[in-house]
Amino acid sequence: MSANGDNVWILGASMTRFGRYPDKDLIDLGAEAALDALDDADATIHDMDVLGAGSLLDAMSGVGQRLQKQIGQTGIPVYNVANACATGTTAVRTVFMAIKAGEADMGLAVGMEQMGKQGLLGAAGKARGDKKVYEPQGRYGSVMGVEGILGTGLMPGVFAQAGMEYAHEHGGVDFEQFAKVAEKNHQHSTLNPLAQYQKPFTLDEIMNAEMMSYPNTLLMCCPTGDGAAALVLVSEEKLKALSADQRKRAVKISASVMTSDEWTESDQVQPDVSTLTRRAADQAYETSGIDPQDLDLVELHDCFATAELIHYDNLSLCARGEAGKFIDEGGPWRDGTIPVNVSGGLISKGHPIGATGAANLYEVATHLRGEAGDRQVEGAKVGLTHVIGLGSACAVHVLEKATV
Amino acid sequence: MGKQVPIVDYLVLDDDAPHLVATVCAECGAQYFDRRNACAKCGKGEFTTETLPSAGTVRSFTIVNRAAPGVPTPYVSAIVDLDGGGVVKANVVNIEPSPDQVRFGMPVRLTTFVAGADEDGTEAVAFGYEPA
Repeated sequence: MSANGDNVWILGASMTRFGRYPDKDLIDLGAEAALDALDDADATIHDMDVLGAGSLLDAMSGVGQRLQKQIGQTGIPVYNVANACATGTTAVRTVFMAIKAGEADMGLAVGMEQMGKQGLLGAAGKARGDKKVYEPQGRYGSVMGVEGILGTGLMPGVFAQAGMEYAHEHGGVDFEQFAKVAEKNHQHSTLNPLAQYQKPFTLDEIMNAEMMSYPNTLLMCCPTGDGAAALVLVSEEKLKALSADQRKRAVKISASVMTSDEWTESDQVQPDVSTLTRRAADQAYETSGIDPQDLDLVELHDCFATAELIHYDNLSLCARGEAGKFIDEGGPWRDGTIPVNVSGGLISKGHPIGATGAANLYEVATHLRGEAGDRQVEGAKVGLTHVIGLGSACAVHVLEKATV
Repeated sequence: MGKQVPIVDYLVLDDDAPHLVATVCAECGAQYFDRRNACAKCGKGEFTTETLPSAGTVRSFTIVNRAAPGVPTPYVSAIVDLDGGGVVKANVVNIEPSPDQVRFGMPVRLTTFVAGADEDGTEAVAFGYEPA
């Protein structure tokens, strides 16, 4: 094992169906995905040199070690990570970097979350509770909670404002175009047995659903839920020594990029989800030598319909300013020019936070292997995954069907 | 009238001319509203305080219909570009909270309102933007 410039490969991948599992705990979900990913890799926990484990809501509980106590205590280093909605991808990148650094030949990454039915995320504890006597507190010297008084900082509003800013900059994006994104993802999910919801909705139903934060209605927002996803990664050198069957199904990670917010003026008052996504995508295209038009499928972070639409542009799936036209022309539908979120996306597949980034990689890898069943994108050879956690953390991966 | 305090310390309640102040990097001019350790744009540590203009335009907005408990809905949250530079997030007030009424690029101006009172009768004064 030595630091190397070789590629890192996905050897095994799995995810649980996303949904609600009141009779299971977080580790049940993580173990199910991990054991299945190991089986898929034709490997065991004893082959793993490193474990990356991610859960956001249980970040303080040592989820990696708790998982080891159920599936194998082998003494390997464990890295527990938390990185907002990019937590699962961060777990994967931790293993990726350990292999790149030459510290590991093979490693297991698991993203897991158990959220249950939470309602509006972040709303609890942000109630406008007046203090008995006003005293300035915190970095803004606020005397009371400001949510809803000085604008909104909750997710539906933040991503609504991001979409509306795009609409302002590039005239012609309207409520209906944002709603079309949700129509597509709900329809796509009907082919995915692992999706939390598998029900189609008409554009009318979507536009007339309860308005959460204009222009996002309830059917344009991702649900909360439970689930886990796991990947087994392997160095190229190690892969070459494995069986023909393992090599045939291995998927090449052609780029793995993570970014955070660079300074922008508006980012000081509201997360700027575009700048860091654009930067990550540009780096990933440069590293992999893949052109956006070469992509056979994309799984991107559609926490809200408004988010997906602006990421068409940020990921250069369409020309600058033409995201509205891209959805109008059917470009991101499964039979379009670049299918986006054929899994159903976060909007319908679900978004158990810590699992999401790893699940996006599972989805694309499964298509590249030709094993995606009814939702298979025929002949898929190159795919991209994107995930973003507010604050912010963004990860973009480019995967390729290849052989060593 | 009882005592009044600003809801945040970057709102200054001068009797007839309430306004916002920004902490501005002496090196690169980056604007902030929070207590700073250093400048996140250039890394330097010297700051000055600047009074911000009250007039601006709506850069982006949303109309919040489902909110945290205790927050009255619907309301308009917006990102406002201030004339002459600077970006602020606040509610747009004194307007019907409807996508037909709020427009991109709409001229707005700073206004204040009482957001609550504590047990001593001290009122918290907040700011928003209203159609200019």
